[in-house]
Amino acid sequence: MRKGSSPAATTRRARRPGQALARWRRDRLLLLLAAPGVLVVLLFHYLPLLGNVIAFKGYLPFLTIAESPWVGWDNFQVIFSGDPLFVNALTNTLIITLIQVLFVFPLPLALALLLNEVISERLKRIVQSVLYMPHFMSWVIVVALFQQIVGNAGMVNTLLREHDMATFSIIGVPELFEVLITSQVIWKDTGWGTIIFLAAISRVDTSLYEAAAMDGAGALRRIWHVTLPAIRSVFVLLLILRLGDALTVGFEQIILQQGAVGATASEVLDTYVYNHGIVGGNWGQAAAVGLTKGVISVLLVLGANKLAHKFGERGVYHK
Amino acid sequence: MGPPNRVLTALRGLILTIGCAAVILPFLAVVSTSLATQEEVTANGGFVLLVREPTLASYQAILSGGVVTRALVISIIVTVAGTLLSLACTIGLAYSLSRPGSLGSRPILLAVLFTMLFSPGMIPMYLVVKQLGLLDNLLALILPVLINAFNVIVMREFFLDIPGELMESARIDGANDLTILARIVLPLSKAVISVIGLFYAVGYWNAFFNAMLYISSPEKWPLQLVLRTYVVNETPMGVDQVSAGSDSLPPQLSIQMAILVISIIPILLVYPFLQKHFTKGLMIGAVKG
Repeated sequence: MRKGSSPAATTRRARRPGQALARWRRDRLLLLLAAPGVLVVLLFHYLPLLGNVIAFKGYLPFLTIAESPWVGWDNFQVIFSGDPLFVNALTNTLIITLIQVLFVFPLPLALALLLNEVISERLKRIVQSVLYMPHFMSWVIVVALFQQIVGNAGMVNTLLREHDMATFSIIGVPELFEVLITSQVIWKDTGWGTIIFLAAISRVDTSLYEAAAMDGAGALRRIWHVTLPAIRSVFVLLLILRLGDALTVGFEQIILQQGAVGATASEVLDTYVYNHGIVGGNWGQAAAVGLTKGVISVLLVLGANKLAHKFGERGVYHK
Repeated sequence: MGPPNRVLTALRGLILTIGCAAVILPFLAVVSTSLATQEEVTANGGFVLLVREPTLASYQAILSGGVVTRALVISIIVTVAGTLLSLACTIGLAYSLSRPGSLGSRPILLAVLFTMLFSPGMIPMYLVVKQLGLLDNLLALILPVLINAFNVIVMREFFLDIPGELMESARIDGANDLTILARIVLPLSKAVISVIGLFYAVGYWNAFFNAMLYISSPEKWPLQLVLRTYVVNETPMGVDQVSAGSDSLPPQLSIQMAILVISIIPILLVYPFLQKHFTKGLMIGAVKG
């Protein structure tokens, strides 16, 4: 990609006041154009970041943040003392992440390999258009669709009942909550996830396939020996970035379906913050959990990036 | 290439067919049921996959005044206003950051990039919106999500690819930065602007959580909140919620499905345009990592 695209590369620092003034005169229109965006970033990204001091305060809604008394690390006691509700939320979050990394993450790759073998370009494009579409549906729509299709009174169960066959319930069953939300994630985003793998596959030198075919490699062996090694680095990179996001699991999706299964089965860290802070009024505690989660997430992302760079430099992943 | 493996080909076809059916059939069932009459819903024991006597009664009931009509208007206003504001701010920021050596561009760029790394947290965000007096105000659905750092970066990359000579010659002719943006940069960037605009629009249309968090009066609900209440939570709709024009309401299920269809249609309408471009946009992001 472009080298030295950063504007700083061509900037000479203004050393004298006269130069600074000249630059101000030259660039004031640009600054004016950037101002609304910068203001929004400051107000809604950086100001809330400062607002995290509330995690160290005993906030009461009728006081401002500044007026509320300092309470030190008191709000973090739910974490340090292992409050059962917090531990439950943390456990659920980690279980869902684990399930989704194991069962959801590899699916786009598998689907991309399948799509790549479709020879007709036209057919391939039609299938892609269909499979990408669910990504653009809101979670409310996805949850509503699932209820209507596989819910207890949904389409599939209605059909089964009509034919005197056994019905099933997956919605509203606490034990199956992880299965439900995982299948929703699969339905919504597997198609969309193939894009990046298809792009990586399209960069593979086609002469490698021909050479492999000459040597007598069948379709599966060509995938194993040519395609997979070529996209290994993309796969590893995405996996590491996904792990960096380990503490974040579908908030909208879960909050929409929490009523039917209860908190024990469905509470995750984000819903814990919502339910205890905004609904329950324990502002400081909820902010403390949110802040801890945010800090750990940043560390995970940074660590994951570093790890990805390491893999990237070697270009090999160790079996 | 060697001879194609029949079993593998058949298996592949089967899996892809099942995948496509899993996407298409739910939509088909929802659209069909929304068009069905009470008799047909009863005869089918609930859902209708292929409707025999389609009727628009459900759509008439929800679109001639009432909760859904109001929510639809609110969603359209928020989406249009939000998209225009987002585009204006994103273009201004991206253009300013794309000019070589402009004053303050390095710290601003870093500040924008840094927002991709952290999220400030739900509680502080809520308190900021509250202290700004935006609770229960539709602006709370727009302002906090006005700028998406990823979109700024993609647009900036696009602006950087415009040949510098074009702008230099305009500058020699006496054009200022604003004129250059309006006369040279914007006309050359229609594609990227429309794609990013569509992504913003889909985001505003689909936004559910911010509305749940910040909007408390039901008369200010956007469509996604109405969907949650009447379709996901299946709160029955009576004559208070839909138009009481006809003597008997259409079947509850058809009304629910009609609300669902109305919230899906705008996405389906812009989808072909989105699809044409998003692979490219995503690739810029992927390569930049």
